[in-house]
Amino acid sequence: MTAGPPRAGFAALAFIALLVAGAGAGLLLEAMRAPQALIVAPDAYLLRVVRFTLWQALLSTVLSVVPAIFVARALAGHPTFPGRTLVLRLFALPLALPPLVAALGILALFGRSGLIADLYAALGGGRWPGIYGLAGILVAHTFFNLPLATRFLLQALDTVPADQWRLASQLGMNARARFRFIEWPAIRASLGGVAGIVFMLCVTSFTIVLVLGGGPAATTLEVAIYQALRFDFDPARALVLTGLQLALTGFALYLLFRLGADLTAEANPSVSARRFSAPGTGERLANLCLIVLAATYVAAPLAAVLVAGLRADLPRLAGEAAVHRAAATSLVLAVCAATLCLMLTYALVRTRHALAGARAASPASLAERAMDQGAGLVLVVPPIVLGAGWFILLRHFADAFAIAPIMVITVNAVMAMPFALRALRPAHDAAAERHDRLCASLGITGFTRLRLIDWPALRRPFLTAFAFAMALSLGDLGVIALFGSDQVQTLPYLLFARLGSYRTADAAGLALVLAVLCFALMLLVDQRGRTSS
Amino acid sequence: MTGPATGPSADIVLDRVGFAYPGGTEMVFDLTVPAGQIMALMGPSGSGKSTLLSLIAGFETPRSGRILIGGRDIAPLSPAARPVTMVFQENNLFAHLDVAANVGLGRAPNLRLTASDRADVADALALVGLAGKEKRLPRELSGGERQRVALARVFVRNRPVLLLDEPFASLGPALRQDMLAIVADLQRKTGMTVVMVTHNPDDARAIAPHLAFLENGQVVETGATDHMFSHKGGAALGRYLGDARS
Repeated sequence: MTAGPPRAGFAALAFIALLVAGAGAGLLLEAMRAPQALIVAPDAYLLRVVRFTLWQALLSTVLSVVPAIFVARALAGHPTFPGRTLVLRLFALPLALPPLVAALGILALFGRSGLIADLYAALGGGRWPGIYGLAGILVAHTFFNLPLATRFLLQALDTVPADQWRLASQLGMNARARFRFIEWPAIRASLGGVAGIVFMLCVTSFTIVLVLGGGPAATTLEVAIYQALRFDFDPARALVLTGLQLALTGFALYLLFRLGADLTAEANPSVSARRFSAPGTGERLANLCLIVLAATYVAAPLAAVLVAGLRADLPRLAGEAAVHRAAATSLVLAVCAATLCLMLTYALVRTRHALAGARAASPASLAERAMDQGAGLVLVVPPIVLGAGWFILLRHFADAFAIAPIMVITVNAVMAMPFALRALRPAHDAAAERHDRLCASLGITGFTRLRLIDWPALRRPFLTAFAFAMALSLGDLGVIALFGSDQVQTLPYLLFARLGSYRTADAAGLALVLAVLCFALMLLVDQRGRTSS
Repeated sequence: MTGPATGPSADIVLDRVGFAYPGGTEMVFDLTVPAGQIMALMGPSGSGKSTLLSLIAGFETPRSGRILIGGRDIAPLSPAARPVTMVFQENNLFAHLDVAANVGLGRAPNLRLTASDRADVADALALVGLAGKEKRLPRELSGGERQRVALARVFVRNRPVLLLDEPFASLGPALRQDMLAIVADLQRKTGMTVVMVTHNPDDARAIAPHLAFLENGQVVETGATDHMFSHKGGAALGRYLGDARS
């Protein structure tokens, strides 16, 4: 092709690089201003925070992945029971739920004044101890990651060819033999990757630890960074913590690549192979119990969000000016973030495809691989670290709180890019395969091409990516926790403030509003998808 | 947008055009297609037939040599600016646009069509036997009808050169004959120079008076189709045909 690859992708890449470099510059400048801060003796607090970060992530991973093996096995073993699709859809829900809302649901269920506490008191158990600290964090992390791991492992099990199941029934294998010779090898192949992903998510988890950690005994690095900047105003300490967090996520990512994690899991409906000998009564009963237990575990916090939210004084909340302002701010910021996210992602996808086409069979260039993984690499740099870097950099030049909207929009946009990339790239590349030569020969280029050719073909993935990015941004408490102020409040920020001032009912009401907004977005995409296909 | 610099009839000259895919064999093409004629390209799979068309159309860039159309070197021109229309084996249509829009894109790539453009589109569709099907979507058409739409666009685009990359290979014999008849008709009406890749000797006999035979990335023989099919062609062509020549 005579024309060079579209330059938009390079601009997008430069934008992401600038975002990361600005944060890095902030940290470096601070380090040079006060180099002695870097050689602080590893005090007891620091050590405790690092140890707790790793410990909670490890426990969360084990508690999510090990049960997931058996739940996935149970689901794969019964490919057709009524309600299976419902269970699988339920397991996809936490992905669309903001961590803050989940934390509120868990508080509403297990908190000191939660539903369980009422039950406990009614049964004469006395005062329920509550769930703050490690226990709360573990419950929240397993709520998110047990269904995630189950879906990944179920996909692995679904790849077992039907002939192997025919063989198993012909050879008269019992449940134990089937697990050992057929299921376990399939699970083991993807277990490392799945565990790696869950570990990564738990190491970088911020909101859940912030809300449920409750105290210095249960603080992770990310929360410590936030506290150092917001409460102690100690940039030097934030710097040391950020460095540690970067090293930790880098290490986790290295593990992930070593384990060969496939991050491209899609929410395809599971099609498990038919089994040729029905499981025994005992096994069926065990599987049924497992599935019901897991489904209840996932559904209960969701139900608690609903119940606690409805108990709140919703009409009063709806009339509050602060709520109106926060809702409007949230929506505007989320729409901007989602738009920016799509623009960046589309530019990357187009340019990557053009580069791939231009090189034919020769190995991928650095630029092309950067387009491929540039967005993914952002995952190494957690939003809090990005925010912290810019916060430290900008406080010399401007009021850091004044640029809150810009920070929230850009960081959230970039954070949503891996999801957007996953939604857009396959559809775009398939459409480009069909249309590129024709467009080139007919001279359909630029905006005309977007309007006539790409938009109609990519409308669905565009909408999906937009809804995902918007939901992610709507529910995010990462960057806004650092930059938020009385002037700029989003719904999650307001919710967190109410929780901090012990207005728990208000918080529960706002959590319900957030949950409804996020699910409505997902539902909208689902409906549009079905009617237009 | 209409009327490229060259006239309605233009010869095609490939002058030692060198090309290679990464890790593939070196190809060097020397070929002259007379103006206003139909030439068939035959040769085994991988001999470079489609590559030759892609070089002329501008989808691949030669490493060396020149390609002239009507005496003008087309190297600096983008695919859309070349005096060329190419019809592919498949994917000639945009699935979400109706028949009229797919044809109209040949006149204006932004689909801003004047009344006379629209009339031309309707005429072209009538010419290929699709009158009244303007509003259909490609998925509502048969395979043969879809390629007719592509041919209607060739007519509307009105470029001096038409390249056919086996667009009728997946059609049955009767349909293919119909399509070849349309191509021949189109060529008569416009005086285009046509280069057509085919695996089928009957296609070549039916409408192409000229034949070029390719092997290993080179044009090894050219000549009048009748002459080459009558045992006077070389041994390579004989091997390719399994010497079913009569």
